Amino acid sequence: MTVTEDRAGREVGRDRRRKEDARLITGRTMWTDNVSLPGMLHLAILRSPMSHARIDGIDASAARSMPGVVDVITGRDVADVQGSLPCAWTVTPDMAHPDHPPLAVDEVRFAGEPVAVVAARDHATALDALEAIEVAYEPLPAVMDIEDALADGSPLVHQSLGTNKSFTWAFDSAEEGTGGDAAAAIDAADVVVRRRYVQQRVIPAFMEPRSVVVDPTPDQITVWSSTQVPHFVRFFLAAVLGTPEHKIRVIAPDVGGGFGGKLQITAEEFISFLVAQRLRKPVKYTESRSEAMLSAHHGRDMIQDVDVAADRDGTVTALRVRLLANMGGYLRLLTPATPLLGRYMYNGIYKFPAHRFECTGVFTTTTPTDAYRGAGRPEATFAIERVMDDLAAELGMDPVELRRRNWIERDEFPFTTVTGLTYDSGDYAAATDKAMGLLGYDELRREQAERRAAGDRVQLGIGVSTYTEMCGLAPSRWLGSLGYAAGGWESAIVRMLPTGKVEVLTGTSPHGQGHETAWSQIVADQLGVPFEDIEVMHGDTRTSHKGLDTYGSRSLAVGGYALVEACKRVVEKARPMAAHLLECDPADLEFVDGSYRVKGTPGASKSITECALAIFAAHDLPDGVEPYLDADASYDPVDFSFPHGTHLCAAEVDTETGQVRLRSYVAVDDIGKVVNPLIVEGQVHGGVAQGIAQALFEEAIYDEDGNLMTGTFVEYTIPSSADLPDIVTDRTETPAPGHPLGAKGVGEAGTIASTPAVVNAVVDALRPYGVTDVRMPCTPERVWQAIRNGGGRP
Amino acid sequence: MIPAAFDYVRAEDVRTALTALADGGEDAKVLAGGQSLIPMLRLRLAAPTLLVDVGGVGELRGVRDDGDALVIGSMTTHDELMNDALVREHAPLVAQAAATVADRQVRHVGTFGGSLAHADPAGDLPGVTLALDATFSVMGPGGARDVPASEFFVDYLTTALRPDDLLISVRVPKLPGWRTHYEKFQQAAQAWAVVGVATAVRRSNGTVDEARVALTSMGSTPVRAHTVEAALAGAPATADALAEAAGRAADGTTPMSDGIASADYRSHLARVLTRRALEAATG
Amino acid sequence: MTRISMTVDGVRYDDDVEPRTLLVHHLRNRLGKVGTVVGCDTSNCGSCTVLLSGRSVKSCSLLAVQADGVDITTVEGLAGRDGELHPVQLAFHESHALQCGFCTPGMIMAAVDLLTENPDPSDTEIREGLEGNLCRCTGYQNIVRAVHAAATSMRTSVPSTPEAAGAPAPSMGEEVTT
Repeated sequence: MTVTEDRAGREVGRDRRRKEDARLITGRTMWTDNVSLPGMLHLAILRSPMSHARIDGIDASAARSMPGVVDVITGRDVADVQGSLPCAWTVTPDMAHPDHPPLAVDEVRFAGEPVAVVAARDHATALDALEAIEVAYEPLPAVMDIEDALADGSPLVHQSLGTNKSFTWAFDSAEEGTGGDAAAAIDAADVVVRRRYVQQRVIPAFMEPRSVVVDPTPDQITVWSSTQVPHFVRFFLAAVLGTPEHKIRVIAPDVGGGFGGKLQITAEEFISFLVAQRLRKPVKYTESRSEAMLSAHHGRDMIQDVDVAADRDGTVTALRVRLLANMGGYLRLLTPATPLLGRYMYNGIYKFPAHRFECTGVFTTTTPTDAYRGAGRPEATFAIERVMDDLAAELGMDPVELRRRNWIERDEFPFTTVTGLTYDSGDYAAATDKAMGLLGYDELRREQAERRAAGDRVQLGIGVSTYTEMCGLAPSRWLGSLGYAAGGWESAIVRMLPTGKVEVLTGTSPHGQGHETAWSQIVADQLGVPFEDIEVMHGDTRTSHKGLDTYGSRSLAVGGYALVEACKRVVEKARPMAAHLLECDPADLEFVDGSYRVKGTPGASKSITECALAIFAAHDLPDGVEPYLDADASYDPVDFSFPHGTHLCAAEVDTETGQVRLRSYVAVDDIGKVVNPLIVEGQVHGGVAQGIAQALFEEAIYDEDGNLMTGTFVEYTIPSSADLPDIVTDRTETPAPGHPLGAKGVGEAGTIASTPAVVNAVVDALRPYGVTDVRMPCTPERVWQAIRNGGGRP
Repeated sequence: MIPAAFDYVRAEDVRTALTALADGGEDAKVLAGGQSLIPMLRLRLAAPTLLVDVGGVGELRGVRDDGDALVIGSMTTHDELMNDALVREHAPLVAQAAATVADRQVRHVGTFGGSLAHADPAGDLPGVTLALDATFSVMGPGGARDVPASEFFVDYLTTALRPDDLLISVRVPKLPGWRTHYEKFQQAAQAWAVVGVATAVRRSNGTVDEARVALTSMGSTPVRAHTVEAALAGAPATADALAEAAGRAADGTTPMSDGIASADYRSHLARVLTRRALEAATG
Repeated sequence: MTRISMTVDGVRYDDDVEPRTLLVHHLRNRLGKVGTVVGCDTSNCGSCTVLLSGRSVKSCSLLAVQADGVDITTVEGLAGRDGELHPVQLAFHESHALQCGFCTPGMIMAAVDLLTENPDPSDTEIREGLEGNLCRCTGYQNIVRAVHAAATSMRTSVPSTPEAAGAPAPSMGEEVTT
C-alpha cells in the first residue's frame, strides 16, 4: 500500500454492514404506527362487504352517539371536497378513466372499498362504532372474468363508460419500422407454438401494514405515511385536494417494505387528511392485515396469449403477444401502465425479427391492480421464457441450446431490439455458463434421465430462465412521450459541515434497500471522508424536497448518478478555497483521497475538511466563493439500463401427491458494477423468494360474487423459511456504459427471473407425462391434476 | 384488529370455572391457550360476552401415568406434549402430531384440550385421539362424565361439550406392542393439513393383527377409515396388501371442496397418505 | 377493567386493562414498547413475537390478562444495559439478515428461543424452527446464516465480536454500528 493510493473504490464494492440495522435490530424504530401525538384521534374505516352495489343510504346516527366517538364521515359528507384518487399514466388518448372517490359516494366497485370513516378517542372505540353504522346496499352484478367482461351484454363496472374496456394499446414491428410482419411470419413458419399463460393475481403483502398520521397545525399539515413515494403523496394531496403544496409536509419514516405495494396514493391517505382537516385534530389510521389484503392494490392478473414461430433449426422468426389485463374496479396511480411496462420486453434477450403486441385493460369489480415488484416485466419474462421452453420441447432441443441460438451475443451490443429499445451491454453466454456450472446442469440432466427411465415416483425437472429488464425508471422524455404525468429524474444534495462531517439528502425513499449505507459508501469515495462521517437523510419533503422516490430499480441507477454529480460539485466548490489556502492556481490542484494536492509539489495539500472549516469561517474567502460548502445535482437518464442474468432451478415433483420441492436454485445476475455486494445479494434472495412464491404458493382468489377468499395470511400463503430452498447467488459484471458508477439496478431482477425458472422446472419434470403447462401457483393439486390430464405415464 | 368487548374471569380452579360458565350462559366461552380463539375474536368472527380463562388452573395441566393409560390434562400445551417423557414413551403418536401443530410460538401456548374442544376437522390432534380410542373426561354442572373420542366430535367446530362443560383431561390408552405414525400433508409449513392420517398398527410376524386409521380433513369431523381397518385385520404386512387396503381410505368419507383443495384431491391424498402412514407404522 | 402485573424487560408494570386488550397492544400503547410490532390478524406473521417466561409467543394472540404475573422480554430488552448487542442481534447485522426490518424484532426473538432449545441447529432445524415468522424481504437465506452464526457465537461464549459470530465472508475488521 502506498500513501498515494486512490481513495476511490475503497468503499464502493465493499460488503459494508448496514447503518440502518442499529435501530431495526433493537426496536428503536420509527414506523408510522409508532407516531403518537397529543390529542390524536384514531380512525377506523367501514368497508364495503359487497363487490358491486349501489349505496342507497347510510345511517351513522347510532355510531355518532357512542361514547368516545368524535365523528363519523361518509362519502356524501365529503363528496364535494374529496376529489378523485389519481391515475398518473394515460396510456392511450382514449383511455377510459373513471373517477375514484376515496370514500365511495353512490356506488361501490370492489369488496373492501371505503364507505365511511369513524374518528374516536381510541382505536377499539372506533372499531366498535363501525358495527353500529347501517348501510343500505342495493346489490349490482359482480363482474369477475376479464374475458366475459368484454363480451356484449356484460354487466358494467362503470355504467357511464358504456364498456368494461379501459384501453387497448398495440405495437407492431412492421408498422413501427423496427422489424418484420409478425402475422405473416407466423403463417409461413415451420413451427408455431401457441400458448395461453395465466398470471394469477397476487398481493404484494409488505410486512408492515400501511399507516397514516396527519397533524394539521395552523401552520402546516404534516403527514406521516408508510409509503414508497412521499413526494408523490405531497404533490397529489396538493393538486387534488387544493391545499397549497407549501403547507403540506410528507414524511415517510421507517417503512416496512413496499414491493410496489406502497407505490400508491391511497384512499386511506386522502381520508385521513380530510378528517384531520375537518376536525382540526391529529389523526392516525393503521390498517389491519385483513384490510390491507382488500384495500392495498394487487398485482399481476392477466391472461397472456403467446404465439412463437420458428424455423426447424430453432431460429425464432416471430413473436405475437395478446394480453388481457385486469384493472380492477378503478384505475389507481399506475394501474393501466403496469402491464404495459413489459410491452417492450416480451422479446427478452433475443434477436427476434418480427413482433406484435397488444394489451387491453379491463375493469372488473375487484381490488385495483397496480405495480408489484417488477411490474410488467416479470409477466413479460415469464411469457417468453415459458414459451421458449415449450418451443424447445416441440423442437426436441435442449432449452439452453434454443436460447443460445436466438440471444444477442456480447459483441453485438449496443443492440436495438425489435421493439426499438437499445440494450446497453450484456454477456448472456457468460452468465448462463456460470449458472450451469453452479447448478451442475449436465449431471442433473443425467439424473433426470435415470429417474425417467426408472419411472421414479419423484421426478426431477430443470428450469431455465434467462432475462433482461429495463430498469432505472426512467428518462423523463420517454415517460412523457408515453403519457406519464411525471418525470423520471432524481436528485441529491450533499453538504459538508464545518467540522467535515457530511449530510446527504436524497430524493429516493428507501424502505429496506439500505440507501443510508450504499449512499454513504458512494459519498465516502467521492469526497474522501470516512463512511461513519456521513449521514443520509430521506423521505421528508421538508428536508429532501426534490425527488421522485423509490421504485422500478431506479434509486441507484438514477439517484446514485445524481449523488455522484452532487459530490463532484462539492469538490469543485471547495477547489478555489483550497487554491487560495495553498496560494496556487485552482487548475494546478488534483483532488485525491479527500485532499487537494498541488500537482508536482509533494506535501503541498489541503484536505477538503480543512477547506470546509475555512469556508465556514469566511474570514478570507476568495472572490466568488460562498460561505457554505454544499451542492445539489439532479440526473435524468437518457436511457434505461439493462441488467440481465440466468437463473436455473432443479425441482423434485412427487408424482403421487403433486408436491413440488425445490432442490437447488442458482441465480447469476449481471447488474453492472456493484456498490455493496452484501446488499445486492440480499436483494436477489428476496426477489427470488417472491418469484418462487408466485410460481408455487400465492394467489388472490375471489368467489363468483367478488368476495376475496384469501383475505388473511391463513388463506393467502406467504412462504416461510421452511418452504424455500437455499439460494446460490453469483454475478457476472458488464458495466453500464455511461453511468459514473457503472451500475444498473437489482431490486426487481430476482422476481423477474425466478418465476419462469420454477414453472419451467415443474413442467420439465412432467413432460413425459404429457404435461405442457401447470397454471400458477403450481400447488400440489394443480400439479396432480396436470399429471392426470396429461394423458400418460412415461 | 381488536376483539369486541367481553367480560373476563380468571378461574383459580375447576369449580370456579364451572360456576363462571354456568353464570355466563350461552355466550360464555372457555379460554384455554387462545391460539384459535383469539384470532377469531380479533377478526370479530366470534363475540362471546364472557371468557372464562382456565389457562392458569394447575389441576388441568400435566401428564399422569394411570396404569394402562396416560391421563393428559386439557391445559397441557403442545410443546409439553412433544417433550413429555411419558407421552413420548406411551403415546408417541400424540407427541408426533403435536410437533406438527402450527409453529413453535403457538405450541408454547396452545393446549391439547383447546385444540380438541375447538374441533377443527383440519386440526391434527382430534384425529389422533380418534385413532387411539381416547376417552374425554368432561365436567359439567351435573358432574363428571366420560365421552369416548368416537362420540366427542359431533360436527364442524362442534363437540359433545355443552356451553357450561369443561374438558378436564383425556385418557389415552398406552397400546403396548403397537406402532403408530402421523402422516400430514400441507401446502406450506404454516398451512393447515390438507389431509392428515393417524395410524396405529399391531402386528405379529408378517401379519397385521389390528390397525386403526383416522383421517383429518376428510369430513366435518375427523373420521375413522373403518373399511381400511377391516381390510387390514389379519392381512399380510406386505406393501401390496397395505396399498390395497389404503386404496379404500376415502370410502364413505365426505371431504369438503374448499379454497385449499377439492374433494377429489383430498380423497386421492387420503389413499396415498394412508398407504404411506401404514408403511411407516409397519416398516 | 382487570388488574394485571407484569415485568417487561426488567421493569415491573401494574395496570388496569380492558380484558380484550391484546398483549401486543398493551406493550405498544400502554408501556411504550413500540419495538414489538403487529403484522397480521391471524398469528401467521410472527412479527409480534416476544419471550414470555423465556419462551417465544405471539403477543398478538394473547390477551394482556393472560400474561398477568409473568416475565416478558421484548427486542428492546435483549441488549445489555450497556447497549451490548445480544449475539443474535449482532449476527443479524453481520449477516445482513434484515432489509426493511419490520419482521426483525419477531424474527430475532424467535431465533433466541430456538437457540435456547437447540444450541446447534442444522439448516433444516433453523428453517423449520422459524416457520412461524414471515419475512418478505430476505428470502430467509441470510436469516438462516445469521442464526448459524449466532449459534456458533453463543456456544463458544466468547464475547460477541464479529469474528466470533463467524459470519461467512465478512469484510476485514468491520466495526459494529450501534
